[in-house]
Amino acid sequence: MSESTTRTAARPTASGWLQAWLPRLVLAPSVAVSLFFVYGFMLWTFVLSLTSSRMLPSYDFVGFGQYARLMANDRWWVASTNLMVFGVLFIVICLVIGALLAILLDQKIRQEGALRTIYLYPMALSFIVTGVVWKWLLNPQLGIQAMVQSWGFESFRFDWLVNPDMAIYTLVIAAVWQASGFVMALFLAGLRGIDDSIVKAAQLDGASLPRIYWRVVMPCLRPVVFSAVMILAHIAIKSFDLVVALTGGGPGYATDLPATFMYTHAFNRAQIGLGSASAMLMLGGVLAILIPYLYSELRSRKHG
Amino acid sequence: MPIINMPIFNVPMFKKSALALALAAGTTMAASATEANEVEVLHWWTSGGEARAANVLKELMEAEGYGWQDFAVAGGGGETAMTVLKSRAMSGNPPSAAQIKGPEIQEWGELGLLGDLDDVATAEGWNDLLPETVADIMRHDGHYVAVPVNVHRVNWLWANPDVLEAAGVEMPTTLEELFTAGEAIREAGFVPLAHGGQAWQDATVFESVVLGSQGTEFYQQALVELDPEALGGEQMIAALEDFKRLRELMDQGMSGRDWNIATAMVIEGVAGFQLMGDWAKGEFTAAGLTAGEDYLCAAAPGTENAFTFNIDSLAMFRVTDDAERDAQQTLARLVLEPTFQEAFNLAKGSIPARPDLDMSEFDRCAQQSLADFQRTADEGGLVPSMAHGMAVRADVQGAIFDVVTNYFNDTTMPAEQAAQRMVNAAKTASF
Repeated sequence: MSESTTRTAARPTASGWLQAWLPRLVLAPSVAVSLFFVYGFMLWTFVLSLTSSRMLPSYDFVGFGQYARLMANDRWWVASTNLMVFGVLFIVICLVIGALLAILLDQKIRQEGALRTIYLYPMALSFIVTGVVWKWLLNPQLGIQAMVQSWGFESFRFDWLVNPDMAIYTLVIAAVWQASGFVMALFLAGLRGIDDSIVKAAQLDGASLPRIYWRVVMPCLRPVVFSAVMILAHIAIKSFDLVVALTGGGPGYATDLPATFMYTHAFNRAQIGLGSASAMLMLGGVLAILIPYLYSELRSRKHG
Repeated sequence: MPIINMPIFNVPMFKKSALALALAAGTTMAASATEANEVEVLHWWTSGGEARAANVLKELMEAEGYGWQDFAVAGGGGETAMTVLKSRAMSGNPPSAAQIKGPEIQEWGELGLLGDLDDVATAEGWNDLLPETVADIMRHDGHYVAVPVNVHRVNWLWANPDVLEAAGVEMPTTLEELFTAGEAIREAGFVPLAHGGQAWQDATVFESVVLGSQGTEFYQQALVELDPEALGGEQMIAALEDFKRLRELMDQGMSGRDWNIATAMVIEGVAGFQLMGDWAKGEFTAAGLTAGEDYLCAAAPGTENAFTFNIDSLAMFRVTDDAERDAQQTLARLVLEPTFQEAFNLAKGSIPARPDLDMSEFDRCAQQSLADFQRTADEGGLVPSMAHGMAVRADVQGAIFDVVTNYFNDTTMPAEQAAQRMVNAAKTASF
């Protein structure tokens, strides 16, 4: 604030008040909006999950009946199991591939920038594009299987996309293809941030390269791993577009995930109550991951 | 703007407006005020032929001096359109008319949102014009609330005559003949039955098999009345086994395939048959083929005395303004008048909802369809399509879809188990 305004202000307390409150006033609308649209609607969804709402919301409360129905629903369990399988494989494979790519890229090679862009590029695509591309690649009559067979390997089979037991793994393939470049970028940034002297000291001590990575570098990268897991976990829980584009939830409903389950029931099948209940359980899943994360973040901030 | 009294929203005021605000933000279209002598029509006739067909109605309305506000929401199955409609209705601003069909009309009626059309219906003699089965669907609580636009027949078998000739087979009239013909077609090097492995397509084939294998009466008991004994009984198990056998006639790449791609397989002579509703005709027509020569149509095997219908209809929302109601009534009258019925259905590939029209302009398949529609309406073979939301409510339909598609894709599930799940689906879907 300029000198003149402070001097003309009759009472310094007013300007002090303004100075103290201005940031709050500026932030207030966005806080109010997010309180309303994010938390307000979470609350509303919770309220709906306690009602018998069908096509439109109603306020006929049935307690936890919708949750009981959800628990008795075969398809919900398929969706939840799929999320476990998909989530765990997706996160672990992404971390492994991402870390390996980062370590290889970190060897001071030529054209690193170009390679990095190539690896990172899939992240720039939407999951819809990824899904459609892999849908063609994995189609047994058009994609990889047909190609290998046309090379003369008649007995080659790669029909996971149309096999109800294996289709969930095609989601993992496509999602890993999409996200591992991003994990690589995270790891690469982490690797570049490690003090050279530690590595040099380890080398002087005669440690082998894999050993240095495993015992020295990786522990330094713990925060990176942690952030990567957080981000990947919530990508996994939110996964919706990939399923829609790649398998449409099929064959049957073998690749249903909670997000597609929720959408189908709330919007296509006139079961808003049941859909809300499943949304609340998904929210629970996200919170179970988020709360430890926030806790550790805030705690580490406090300790400096 | 009409203020509609919705009994469902006896909730604190702030919640109501909050809701309205949020939903208005979510819809693709801002709530728009309708002029008094104007109708706003929500529909999903957005593909080329369909849009042309809808335009006919617009011109007819304008010729009578009424305005027409188009509220088209893309998305073939109308799912997006329904989501938009729900949010419009919740915010207290529904369009004057919307493309709503089957038991969903009853659901909207129960919410107290639909206005009645009894005046037009009486003046135009709808009771005599429409088959009783069809009229029933258009009425809520004894009052007409909707008007049928067209009739699709779902139980059709489409075929490529060149493929049939190459394999030396005829159009099958029973399921057994279909299996035999299918084997011959496979041996001749073609895909016997083109199919898209999506839940609704599985269900479309399933209901035709149930009808062909066990007959109209059983279909009615099981898939319309949801009688647990029929759903879990011997007849259902037999139908399920026939249904599973059809899988052997399909190719490996069917999973997730769209229906029109399956139709293209028949058009291109890759596949012999397809079981699909008569919207498939739109694809044949677009490819420049002539019914009866370049492609064949017949009732799905074993169902020549039955007609599974899928009727598009326009439901009218309740309005308070007299001028607006007048516009709605005019719309309802025009929809059933021969001019629109003929123009619309020629463009859409379906048949008119009133069986008394001159069909000389229509192709051979449509003529047969209308003849069968009339005949089955008299003889009692006219049944609503479960797969297309005409027979049961969306939640039950969804639960049946789950069972059907899961059974069809699971190579190990026995038919008895699927039948049992069918019983549970009908029981647990509704709250």
